[in-house]
Parts: sequence; structure tokens; C-alpha cells
Amino acid sequence: MLPFLIKRLISLTLSLLAASLVIFFVIEVVPGDPASFMLGLNASPDTVAALRESLGLNASVPLRYWQWITGLVQGEFGISYTYKVPVGELIADRFWVSMPLSIYALTLSTLIAFPVGVIAAARRNSPADVSIMGVTQLGIAVPNFWFAMLLVLFFAVSLRWFSAGGFPGWEAGFWAGMKALTLPAIALALPQASILARVMRSSLLDTLGEDFVRTARAKGLTHRQALWKHALRNALIPVLTIIGLQFSFLLAGAIIIENVFFLPGLGRLVFQGITQRDLIVVKSVIFLLVFAVILVTFLVDITYAVVDPRLRRRSA
Amino acid sequence: MSLLEVENLSLSIRDMPILHDVDLKIEAGEVLGVVGESGSGKSITALAVMQLLPVGSAWKGSIRLDGNALETYSEKQMCALRGNDIGMVFQEPMTALNPVQTIGDQVAETILVHSGSSRREARRIAREALNRVGLPPEQFPLDRYPHDLSGGQRQRVVIAMAIALRPKLLIADEPTTALDVTTQAQILKLLKSLVEEDDMGLILITHDLAVVADMADHIAIMKDGVIVEAGETVSLFRQMSHPYTRALFEASNHVPTRNPDHGADGSKPVIEIDSVVRDYALPRRSLFSAPDHFRAVDRVSLAIMHGENVGLVGESGCGKSTLTRAILALDAVQGGEIRLDGKLFSTTGEGPDRQMRRRVQVVFQDPYSSFNPRHRVDRLITEPFFLLEKQPDAEERDARIATALSNVGLQPSDAHKYIHEFSGGQRQRIAIARALIIEPSLIILDEAVSALDVSIRAQILDLLADLSDRLAVSYLFISHDLSVVRAITDRVLVMKAGKIVEEGRTEEVFRNPQHSYTRELLAATPILDEALRAREARATAE
Amino acid sequence: MSDPQIIMERPAGMVHAALRSPSFMIGLVLTLLFTVAALLSFVWTPFDVTQLNIANKLKSPSATHWLGTDAFGRDIFSMLMVGARTSIAVAIVAVGIGIVVGVPLGLLAAARHGSLIDEFVMRTNDLIFAFPALLMAIMITAVFGPSALNAIIAIGIFNIPVFARLARGAALSLWTRDYVLAARVAGKGRTLISAEHILPNITNLLIVQGTIQFSLGILAEAGLAYVGLGTQPPLPSWGRMLSDAQTMIYIAPNLAIFPGLAIVLTVLGLNLMGDGMRDIFDPKLRRAR
Repeated sequence: MLPFLIKRLISLTLSLLAASLVIFFVIEVVPGDPASFMLGLNASPDTVAALRESLGLNASVPLRYWQWITGLVQGEFGISYTYKVPVGELIADRFWVSMPLSIYALTLSTLIAFPVGVIAAARRNSPADVSIMGVTQLGIAVPNFWFAMLLVLFFAVSLRWFSAGGFPGWEAGFWAGMKALTLPAIALALPQASILARVMRSSLLDTLGEDFVRTARAKGLTHRQALWKHALRNALIPVLTIIGLQFSFLLAGAIIIENVFFLPGLGRLVFQGITQRDLIVVKSVIFLLVFAVILVTFLVDITYAVVDPRLRRRSA
Repeated sequence: MSLLEVENLSLSIRDMPILHDVDLKIEAGEVLGVVGESGSGKSITALAVMQLLPVGSAWKGSIRLDGNALETYSEKQMCALRGNDIGMVFQEPMTALNPVQTIGDQVAETILVHSGSSRREARRIAREALNRVGLPPEQFPLDRYPHDLSGGQRQRVVIAMAIALRPKLLIADEPTTALDVTTQAQILKLLKSLVEEDDMGLILITHDLAVVADMADHIAIMKDGVIVEAGETVSLFRQMSHPYTRALFEASNHVPTRNPDHGADGSKPVIEIDSVVRDYALPRRSLFSAPDHFRAVDRVSLAIMHGENVGLVGESGCGKSTLTRAILALDAVQGGEIRLDGKLFSTTGEGPDRQMRRRVQVVFQDPYSSFNPRHRVDRLITEPFFLLEKQPDAEERDARIATALSNVGLQPSDAHKYIHEFSGGQRQRIAIARALIIEPSLIILDEAVSALDVSIRAQILDLLADLSDRLAVSYLFISHDLSVVRAITDRVLVMKAGKIVEEGRTEEVFRNPQHSYTRELLAATPILDEALRAREARATAE
Repeated sequence: MSDPQIIMERPAGMVHAALRSPSFMIGLVLTLLFTVAALLSFVWTPFDVTQLNIANKLKSPSATHWLGTDAFGRDIFSMLMVGARTSIAVAIVAVGIGIVVGVPLGLLAAARHGSLIDEFVMRTNDLIFAFPALLMAIMITAVFGPSALNAIIAIGIFNIPVFARLARGAALSLWTRDYVLAARVAGKGRTLISAEHILPNITNLLIVQGTIQFSLGILAEAGLAYVGLGTQPPLPSWGRMLSDAQTMIYIAPNLAIFPGLAIVLTVLGLNLMGDGMRDIFDPKLRRAR
């Protein structure tokens, strides 16, 4: 297990390095001069020069990349050009909105999808299966931001159970915070749950057709026992892959959903960054999100090895 | 009252009739062999006894175990019966075990489902069962995973699961078909001893007459869902009252008639393989060590004369497939030389010129994966024309297609059909036509008849013998099946762990094997006549 | 019980299977409906979508304005027709990028399985997967400003690894087939084999995945347009119609309904068609149902 971990850790580090290079290249090298880009066309050469000086843009490209990376490792993201505060602080505040939202949505999606997928597979071709397949087909087709608007229309405008948006902050209490995140989390989770339930169902159906399930039945296990004790764990392997991929979709989806519900998360921050041409903010937030995606991929890999003993040995 | 009585069992799947009035009977302590070719319904019969039929199956008739009619059993009662009173072993040991559970847990599960015993007690019984099937605790602790075990060892685990509770009846569906012959012999011996120790009934389902002749007290022969003949083993084989039984018997023993002594006249070699070495890189043990190598083919030398048929036998993993790929110049060799008609053919792998490549062609094992499903037969069999300097014109092409197809016993009009319109045996004929069409001097037959039913196999062997008599072509016949090699080759080589351990005229090697491994292989190979004689001798002795 | 599956079906058999597959037929009808609406919008729409008519704003659906008008008095139905054009165009080009770049890469990686090229293609794929289309779009927009082209590039780049992985995986399993070995014995090179034996036999898979990516592309385009990173005014797009509607969700909630329905029905149609085709192409699955 340990060599496996080390190998995965090395590949994690390499992925992060590659991702940071891509981000740095697109944001700092492609535009030519980031300073004049940030200030717009009407800026005087003096202001541009001053900004270039303050951003350290006069250094060579490799050196700037090195400074950025070493800063990131120490948690220094630089100073926001528009807010004039350390980007780290800006991110920290918003992180505690975006992260709980993503986890909330992922939990919801998994909690809904697992039982639904298992029921559909266990009762294949039954009315329950057919209706589940129909509803999930619809769920996949619904854009989450539109679904969010419908939720607002229904629960906030008509029923007035929830507020239409905004976030009271965690200072207002855990439940108040969670309540504000509930509609956004549902909007994010349901389309993903539809996908996950379908994957769960088809993966379980595949596994139920495997020889070892027949062996288990020949031992005297009931269909249900064979499903729970033998098929399910094997069926989880492709499902884990999808959960891992979904996390990145949830993160991206959260950026949009935050805009529907006016949540002060990373998504809002990055859009403000774009409108104000604050490349430092944009660069940092994107790196943080990509970092989260890569980290989740890493965790999924580790989980594979826990689920599947074959993987532990193969990489040893 | 017999242990198991099946009467008038008829079965259909989605209104497709599969079984018709099947009758079977087996006593305790007895082995019943159910023999048939693919599609005969023998596996479905076994699943019917287990009541593990595919969705959409409907059956009528009666199945009585110890006098209890299974048709009256509820699914819950059947669950209590399976694994407890009836155990079952399947064909494919590589996929029959749950890959994410230890072997101990999987065997113990049989016990846990059926008895109220504690986990600890269940593990103790599981340990005992594993010991009984020849998996001792020192090498095979309970916490090993299936992926650590070989095919034969996995099949032993499956057997341990099936016999852990000492059932009255064990059903083994082609339990050794996926295994090597030496492993097969061990597993069959194990099954026999378990039958004796536990006074258990064993239904052995197989396509191999020699195996049942050796193992079974009674035999039932199935064809197209009907039992065509059944009876005590020796008398059934002596009488063979049904024509299908006779046909099956003859096909199993089939030796094609051939002109004697191909290539014995000291003619020039078509191909010379000289100290060929093939290494595979293994995955690195750590990041810093250089990768290790596995030597799949270790300084193998052999030569094949013009018109000669040479056999290469060995069990799985012995390197014969790797050698095939090297001879076909699909992979680079790490040492040695392969010469065709005295000219160097392969030292580098993919690259030798077309002129030489057209001298060696190949027929593969699996008739279903040998053809691109999107092409018609004419395009499929003319693929080797790519090796010609000048493409033949339409007329010549059609003529050569017609010749090739009639050579293998097909019609020239078959050229415009798609491959899915042909049966497995016909496909293998098309594969031979593809190999013949550019008139190679050597055809490699890589397990070319192994996937075929015995009756089809006999026909293809006849075809191959006929072609080698008529055309100036040599064969390298690669197979794990000794009886087939004996029937079709002049000379044979025995390969083990990458090396040729014995070589000689086929009849001499089979009559008087020199190397201990050859003797082991021959001893493990079930032979129909010998098994029958041994059985008769035993009967008279009693 | 070894009855190997025949992969190839006769074309006539496939047409029959298609006609009998309800999900395929529903999907086909929906897809055709939106494609026709998009094509028709080039020559005719009930009203001119560039013409503002404030006096006529926020009308409810009527015989003149089938789906009502928006805050600028534009005809919703006409805007949906033109929006279909935008969505379909963006998605087609993005899927095209994915196929044209991804499939050859996947075939190349499979043909050179285990080589450095394979490793490079796979690692690059992993890297791209770490940038969801939206992040990619944000990055591009931050530097070049928002436009439909950015949306196409962002979605297209994200499609590359999808098709590369699919093509590689499917091709790898075909490379172990004996007919590929037979082609190599016949002296054919890896490129020729990829073109002659591999690609034609993975086309089914690519078409199915293409349909699914197409629907994902429409969703992604709508999302980008909604947050202002995609199609820019004055060209109507479903996503932007929704973001305009959101500001008036209290006064005119029905503005939020129709563009959303258009997205759902298009995506649903494509997905149903993809699922239907998967069943039709795979006789084994079809029989199991």
C-alpha cells in the first residue's frame, strides 16, 4: 500500500505543477503585458509602469513563475489589484461558502443516487425501474441554473419557505447558513444525482451478470444477498470514477449557481475578478479550483485501492 | 429411490425450446457424465437442477432430489438447498470468484448462509474444506485474494465452496475445460476422491469423451436438447446404438489419412529458428531499480522442412504464443535469428520486406475474432495481397479467390457474403483460405482447431491433411492438445517454460517419451480407449 | 453455452430496430424539430429578433406572439428559433473539435500502446480533465474577453480528452483481436490498420458518445451564456434569455419557463437518441431488454 501511496503522491505533485504552468501561461504570458491589460486601453504609460513594478512584472517569465509557485506553497496568493487586500484573505472568506456548498451537493447527490440506482437495478424492468429511468433521463437534461430558478420561483417566490438568495454568513448560526445553502445544493445535486443513479444501475446490472454472482447463488445466497454482499462492492469501482468526475462538475456548477442565488462564494469572486480585470484574483481562484479537482482525483485513486485488492498489489 | 431423478424435463427460454423430455438419474457415490457439443443443452440442464435458470425460462417435468420434488420448492427453500445439498462448480475459474473478497471469506460464506455457526466456526470449517481440496494453510492462508492464485488453484477454491458442507450432489459444468491438461488431471483426481470420501453423487458435464470415459460410471449423451443415448459407461461405448454417439466417438478419435513421411527426405528447411530469445519487461519493483525481464522464449531452435508438418505442444504460459509472434515477425527478438529459405527474416521485428512476409501465413484459434465484421469474404481473404508487388487484376483476383475458397471446401459464391453468415467451422475454413491465397511456404496454425467442437474439428483436420498432401506447404501446428498434434504432425517439439525440452518424430515421442515433462503430459492426457480398457479391467476384477 | 455475439448487424436490421425503439424515435423527432427550427430561422422567423419594441414589452402568449414578448418587446418564439441556431452551432463545432483532435490522438495512443506517445496523450488528457469547461472558459474570457468563440474553444478543448479516451479504450480492445494480427501478418502498418480495421469498428461508439457530448455541449453553452461568458448580444441565446428573465422573475416568471423548456427538450431528445442508438448498435443489450 505504501509504494502505491507514494506513486500516487508523486503523480499528484506532477499534475499540480503541470496545471499551474498552464494557468500561468494562459494568464500571464498569453496577454503579452498583464499590467496594461489590467489597466485597459486608456491607462497612461506611467501608471502601467508603476503597476508593472508593483506586480513584479519586470522580472523574467521563469522567475515570475517561480515566485508565484513558492508564494502558493506558503499560502501567499499576492495582493488583489482592485481590492488592495491579500488575495488569500478574499479567498478564505469565500472558500467557506463554496466548499460547504459543493460538499453539501455531493452528499445529497450520492445519498439520493445510491438507493435509487440500487432499487432500479434490483427490480430491473419493474414499474419502479422504468419510472426511475424516465425521471433521471429528464434530470440529466435540466440545466442546473434553470432548475435553480424554478426552485426560487416555487419555494421562495410562491411558498416563501426560503429566501431567494443571499447568505447570512456562518456567524448567523450553522442552521441559518445551511438553510441558505439548501436550495443551491438541491439545484446542483439533482441533475448530478440523475447521472449517478444511472451509472449505479448499469454498473450493478453488469456486475450482477458476472460469474462470481452466479457462484454466490450456487452457494445458497438469495438474489438480494448476492447483490449486497458480492455485486455491490464490485459495482462501486466505476461509480467512484463518476463521483470523482462529478466533483469537478459540481465545483464548476457551483460557480454558476452562486450567481443565481447571490452567494458570496468563489464563483462570484472570479466573475468580479473578470469584470475588473483583476488577473491576480482570477489566477488564484482558478488554481485553487483546479487544485481541488486534482486532489479529489487523488482521493478517488486511493479509494479504489481500498475497494479493490488487485490494485494494491499491481502498483507495489 | 435415486439421489437425483430428472424426468421429462422440457425447457424453453423466451418461447425458444431448449430441452425436450430430458431424463437423468444418479445414485449416491456415482459419477454421471453428461456429454454433448456446444448448444446441446447440457449446461442448462445443470442450471435447471440448481433452479438458477436465466430470466424468461419456463420448464415442466419433474426434478426429484432424494425423493423431494424441486418443482414444489419455493425460492427460499431452493436457497436452503443450494450449497447445502447440491454444490456446483463452473467452467471459468478466473471469473468464478469475487475479486474483492478473500478466499477464506468466500468459502466460509457457504457455511454462514446455511448454518447458525459462529464466524470462527465457519472459518474453521472453511479451512478444513480448503485443506481437503489440496490448498494447505502454509501456502494458502484464508486471507489470500483470488488474484494471487492460478486457474487450477482458483478452481480448487470453487470446489471447496461447493463441498464445504458435504452436499449429497455435486454438479461440475466443464470444470477443467479452461485448465491445462496436467492441472485437469489433478482436478479430476480430486473430484473422484471427494466422491468416494463423501459418498456424493457427481454430475460431470463435459464435451470430452475421454474425460467421461475415465471418470463416469454412467453416461448420457445430449444433442440439441435431447438425450440421444444413456447407459453404463463401458456398455454404452461398446454398443453405441445411436448414430450420433458413433459419430461423436469417431470424431474424438479422428486421425486424418495422410501421405506418410512428409519432409523426411532431407529436403531444405523452409524456416530455421536459431537460438531465439524473447524477453518481456516486467513492471519496475521500485522507482529506482531497472525493470526486470521475463524470458518467455529461451534460446529456442527448430527447423521445418518443405512440406513437413511440425507440432509444438506445451501448456499455457510456456511461451508458444510468444514464439508464434516472433516467427511472424510481429515482435522483435532479443537474440538469435529466424531464417526463411536461408535468408534472414527477423532480427528487428516489424520491418522485414514483403517478399519474405508472404512466405509465412497464420491461422488463429478464435474463428469469431479473426475477421473484421465489416468486410466481405473476398476482401477478408485477399488481405495478404497487400504483400504483392503488383496487385492482381480483377479477373486474376476473382480466379484466386475462387481457387482459395474451393480449396477449403467452400463455394466461390461465398466471396460476397459477410462473415456473420458463417458458422465457426466455416470461418476457420475461410481463415485457412486467407492463409493459402498467396501460396506461402509455411502456415502457422496457432491452436487452430482448439475452439471447435469435436465433429467440426475432425473435418478441419481432414482439410488440413488434404491440403498438406496436395500443396507444397509446411505447417507449424501449435497446440495444447496432444491427441490432435499426434493426428496431424510428422515431428513434434515439446515446450516448457520457454525451452524446447524434447523433439522427435511424432510417433516415437508419443510411444517412447524421453523427457520427464513429456511423460507427465502424456500421462495426464485422457485417452478414450485406454480409459475404457482400464474400466473394463476393473469390472472384471470385481 | 458459447454463442458468440455477432457485432455487425445488417443495415436493414438496424433500421427495423430503430423504428421499434421508442426512445430513439422520440429523440429523433425532438432533435429534428429543433434542427428544423434552427435552420428555418436563417430565412424566416415570425418576428425580427433585432427589432426592439418597448411598447410591446412583456406580453403574455397570444395568437400574434405565440410565447409572448420579453422586456424589450421581442417575440420569444422567434428568439428561441434563433437561439436554437446558436446552441446547435456552438455544440456542433465543439463536438467537432473533440472528434477531429481527440479520435486521432486516441487511435495513435492505442496503436503505440505503452510507448511514450501513449503516456503523453494520457497524461495530457488527465490534465485537461482537471479544467472543467467552465474554468477553461473563465480563463480564456479573463484574457480575451467574452464571446461565442471562447465558449466553443472551452467546450471543444474539454471534449478532446473525452473522445481521446473513448477511442483509445475501444481501439485497445480491438488491437487484441486476431483480425488485427492477421492484417499485421499481411504486412500492413499501424496507421493503415487503424484506418481500415480499427476506426470503422469504433464508429458506433463514437456516434453514440458524439450525441451525448452534443447534448452536454448545449447545456454548457447555455451555462456560459447565462453567466455572460458565451454568446454576446445582440445574438439571442437560450442561456442569456434565462439570465435576462432572472432579473424579472417576480414580474414575469413565464419568461424563465420557455427558454428552459427549449434546453430541456433539446438535450432530452439528443440523450434519448443516443441511448436508443446504443441499444440498436449493441444487439446483446437489445435482447436483454
